[in-house]
Amino acid sequence: MSQETSSAERHVRRFIRPALWALVLVPAPLLIAQLLLDQLGADPIDKLERLTGEWALRFLIASLAVTPLMRLTGWGWLVAQRRFLGLAAFFWAFGHLSVYTVLDWFFDWQEILKDVTKHLYITLGMLAFVIMVPLALTSTKASIRKLGGVRWNKLHALVYVSVIAACLHFVWAVKQDITEPMIYGGIAALLLAFRVVWRPTPRASIRPPVG
Amino acid sequence: MLIRRPDDIPSSEITPESIYQNRRQFMGAAGALALGTVLSPAALQALGRTGMGMQDDKVTPEEDVTSYNNFYEFGTDKEEPKELAKDFKPMPWTVQVEGLVKKPRPYSYDELVGKLSVVDRTYRMRCVEAWSMVIPWRGVMLRDVINRVEPLPSAKFVEFTTLFDPRRMPGQRSPVLPWPYKEALRMDEAMNSLTLLATGMYGKSQLPNQNGAPLRLVTPWKYGFKGIKSIVKLRFTDKMPNTTWADANPSEYGFYANVNPQVDHPRWSQAKERRIGEFIRRPTLMFNGYAEQVASMYSGMDLRRNY
Repeated sequence: MSQETSSAERHVRRFIRPALWALVLVPAPLLIAQLLLDQLGADPIDKLERLTGEWALRFLIASLAVTPLMRLTGWGWLVAQRRFLGLAAFFWAFGHLSVYTVLDWFFDWQEILKDVTKHLYITLGMLAFVIMVPLALTSTKASIRKLGGVRWNKLHALVYVSVIAACLHFVWAVKQDITEPMIYGGIAALLLAFRVVWRPTPRASIRPPVG
Repeated sequence: MLIRRPDDIPSSEITPESIYQNRRQFMGAAGALALGTVLSPAALQALGRTGMGMQDDKVTPEEDVTSYNNFYEFGTDKEEPKELAKDFKPMPWTVQVEGLVKKPRPYSYDELVGKLSVVDRTYRMRCVEAWSMVIPWRGVMLRDVINRVEPLPSAKFVEFTTLFDPRRMPGQRSPVLPWPYKEALRMDEAMNSLTLLATGMYGKSQLPNQNGAPLRLVTPWKYGFKGIKSIVKLRFTDKMPNTTWADANPSEYGFYANVNPQVDHPRWSQAKERRIGEFIRRPTLMFNGYAEQVASMYSGMDLRRNY
């Protein structure tokens, strides 16, 4: 049994990075190709805005899945994937914000400012992004060393605020049919609930899951 | 721009090729931006002005108007209605006329709109979601239909109902809106010379299913959701009827739904809109640019409260 587990672990450990890199690198060029080939429908800007936002949320939620997965499998090395997925989420969120600023509003700062301050779902989206900035900036190993594990973990707990803001942003961005945002929100809620329900006892913790 | 007889529309406007050309250029520009190519804002501004034709009202390509639809009876994604409505058979069609009319009874499609004078009108269509199109409708004036069915003088409103048939309209199997879809107009709005009952578009005598075949309301000074599709009932009444979006979400949608750049939707601004096929948003016009024809109907009304 333990033999099987460890061989599974070896396989996953070998292929996880290439698989994640593929997941990160494939959608963006695909989207750009669709844009250039006019495959994004009648309102490509709206479509692009939705799709970049969805990818950001997918990676953000995926980063949230790492800790539970680590506790369930006992594979401590998974922790490195958490930062990788978080960074991927940040880059998609940056793309999402860029589409909003450049393509949707074309630097119309007056309207953008009005949008961010007057419309709660835009405020929440902006909050979700702003929180990700310091997290992305401190995603290096050097930053972990500099801040120390405890402080680093505390800072990065802000991701919970970011993901909740992002989910609410999605729910309120949708006009009427909230099926899709509720699916994302439900998964995020489960992953957050896992942390509340299954707190690591000193015995269960594998090693301080920093990074 | 307001009203065009068919002979006034140059064939170059009906043929969407040139516009497609434009859109491709825009795609290139957008793509370059997405790729992070260094382009100065000034250069882009110039591109926006010269390449996209900011202020004119070119007819939107038929392909876009028939593939980008809010018709929740056939799915909530805008691409869905084209696919999910393709086997819908609108004929034979009956419209129930009831309420405060001389003789309430069912009318066949031909009895209701047959032999009325057919008009071709190119109108702007402004969606409440802040995008817009320019659509060459074909249809009859609602006023002519109303005169034909003879409402009583006591009728103050006319209410429209969409077909309810979840077997033929799969979107109705999910409770995303309170079915059937209902809309209504005050009698003066219904009798306004802009108001059409569309039966076709782009010079064709039949509407595509995804655009509301066979009968669809067109009120170009109101947000698009007032343009109820696949109408099976006209009811004349003296009380303001409930309407579907106002029922589903009363704080966000009202009875009048007049296009108004000064009154925002609670969740987004209505000051600007993106014309489908263009890049930079253009300012939204009061009553969608039809103030001259409709503003007098609302004089003295607080349009902030009567949204």
